Amino acid sequence: MGKNEPPRLTLQVPEPPTRPGDKPDFSYLKLAPAGSVDRPPVHASAAQMHDYAYSLVRVLDDAGNAVGPWAPQVDAELLRNGLRAMMKTRVFDTRMQLAQRQKKASFYMQCLGEEALGVAQGLALGADDMFFPSYRQQGYLIVREMPLVDMMCQILSNSKDSLKGRQLPVMYSARKLGFFSLSGNLGTQFIQAVGWAMASAIKGDSRIASGWIGDGSTAEGDFHYALTFAAVYQAPVILNVVNNQWAISSFQSIAGGAETTFAARGVGYGVPALRVDGNDFLAVYAASLWAIERARSNLGPTLIEWITYRAAAHSTSDDPSKYRPAEDWTSFPLGDPVQRLKQHLIRIGAWSDEEHARTQSALEEEVKAAQKTAESFGTLATGPLPSPSTMFEDVYKEIPEHLRQQRQQAGL
Amino acid sequence: MVQAIRSAMDVMLERDDNVVVFGEDVGYFGGVFRCTEGLQAKYGTSRVFDTPISEGGIVGIAVGMGAYGLRPVAEIQFADYFYPAYDQLVSEAARLRYRSAGDFWAPIVVRMPTGGGIYGGQTHSQSPEALFTHVSGLKTVVPSNPQDAKGLLISAIEDDDPVVFLEPKRLYNGPFDGHHDKPIVPWSKHPLGEVADGYYKVPLSKAKIFRAGAELTVLAYGTMVFVAEAAAVEAGIDAEIIDLLTLWPLDLDTIVESVKKTGRCVIVHEATRTSGFGAELMSLVQEHCFYHLEAPIERVTGWDTPYPHALEWDYFPGPARVGDAMKRATSA
Repeated sequence: MGKNEPPRLTLQVPEPPTRPGDKPDFSYLKLAPAGSVDRPPVHASAAQMHDYAYSLVRVLDDAGNAVGPWAPQVDAELLRNGLRAMMKTRVFDTRMQLAQRQKKASFYMQCLGEEALGVAQGLALGADDMFFPSYRQQGYLIVREMPLVDMMCQILSNSKDSLKGRQLPVMYSARKLGFFSLSGNLGTQFIQAVGWAMASAIKGDSRIASGWIGDGSTAEGDFHYALTFAAVYQAPVILNVVNNQWAISSFQSIAGGAETTFAARGVGYGVPALRVDGNDFLAVYAASLWAIERARSNLGPTLIEWITYRAAAHSTSDDPSKYRPAEDWTSFPLGDPVQRLKQHLIRIGAWSDEEHARTQSALEEEVKAAQKTAESFGTLATGPLPSPSTMFEDVYKEIPEHLRQQRQQAGL
Repeated sequence: MVQAIRSAMDVMLERDDNVVVFGEDVGYFGGVFRCTEGLQAKYGTSRVFDTPISEGGIVGIAVGMGAYGLRPVAEIQFADYFYPAYDQLVSEAARLRYRSAGDFWAPIVVRMPTGGGIYGGQTHSQSPEALFTHVSGLKTVVPSNPQDAKGLLISAIEDDDPVVFLEPKRLYNGPFDGHHDKPIVPWSKHPLGEVADGYYKVPLSKAKIFRAGAELTVLAYGTMVFVAEAAAVEAGIDAEIIDLLTLWPLDLDTIVESVKKTGRCVIVHEATRTSGFGAELMSLVQEHCFYHLEAPIERVTGWDTPYPHALEWDYFPGPARVGDAMKRATSA
């Protein structure tokens, strides 16, 4: 090899800081103390917002105090409602996970550790807005009081499944609650949220949209489309990135999270961005309100990266003990959203350990009773399932001739 | 045909506040083929507007807007550019009603110029209709003339399902019959170039007998309708030419009735052969007309190669090739 030849190139493939058997290490997370980030006016320009994409908005400190300029003026009843909804979501997840293990459902996805996101934003958005979910915001439906039995019938794919057994469990659709049909494809709905928001602006309405995507799926083209169109048309939309550190077994660095933040993606598009503690119910609520006010005031889109941790497996088909330390979540520096809000409510005298325990028992009873009712309408294992003749409906608004014939051929 | 398509959008923008038109270069400029010329000036920038060069984004916002309650008419500049949007169309627009059991739907129209014959090379000449007809939940329309184009586009815009509207670009300026070395006859000199003002509909999923005949049935759509007509005249064959207009859901009755009458069938399309829409037509004719067939069904298509730029007239299934197939079918 000649003296002046360049060195041989090597390919970098990012690795998470820790693997099974290692001591958890979250030193890569750029954190900031609660209350240390100021709250810019909602009309701040993208240029003025630059630094917020690299900082971390937090309200609750380690002792459970709500501190700093982002602490929302909110009454305790809303927070208690939020806590109950997060607890209920967790109880619901636990039971549905178990139901899947008992083969009553084909599949399940828990949102353990991420409950604050769907619940707090579900409280912050208006009744006429539209939420374009990814698959871990069931807290939104719970806090908006979708009947548990209806949710369960969808999961069990039974005779009362409102989606007629067509969708995997948790791929809900709830138009009346402002919850868009969950696709199951990743990322596709991010740009649809922008289109929905543009439609509201075209009509001169006051409704806004909220699109959701995971850290992993930001690598899809749809993310780029959404940021581009949202910026170009100043669409009234909130673009939420749930950075829960893991996309199945891929650490967030595989999606491009090592060298910068996901919030910083907004900087390049000229979209104001926030990076927020996603396990801090008050911060999630406050940042959502900020972005909602911007959108509602015709000031355009906001990108929010929520820092959280996917505490459970990706789905019932996944085993995280194969790729990350078992005690990772309990070492996560942003803690557990339920415990943190509980601590805060106790601190302000609006909750107690006794009330918490009572609430927990009551929720377990409520969910159990709902499950009993839901299972009386069938499970995937035992039936009854939705009628097979419905398989040919809703492909088109009217059933065309070829599908009538196929239905006949199928003997239905 | 450009004016007819523009007129359809004009009529619908006027009639229905929920109709919006967008795509690359469609706003101020009026589209590279001029189909939206003047519409932005008439209806404003919030109803007729330019988009970024982002087909996935264009169809993605159309789905969101459709779900909101608008009737978006999105233009893809060339059908060849459509592929980045395929996921949004196939996984999202086409399945939204089904997967949500009717909770949401996306009444969108995606217009795109299709086909070759303009020296567009392999990125401005393709005919990807089979990629759409294969997808449950989509409707696929290919007009062949201004009269039908306007009425079909109005029907497509009013339809509550997603419609892919393929505009044969070689027909924009006249009824091109495949004789590329002869001057084009303008639509103004063809009876089908006469387009009524105002609102009228041509129904989807309804084929038309373009030319009645007794000897042979030709199944064609788009440019190939005129190519088949020229071939029949030149070969001296009394061919019945069916203009499908809507590929899917298909008007099978009109096809079956004709083939049962003639006993012979030639299928013509410009798209590549293998797994092309002609294969589906062939299967259906075989399933429904087998005992009436006097000869093997013939297929004349583009070759299974990319569309070659300088060699496009060797690729294009012109009147000579179509005429040969007609002769084979009638002499068997």
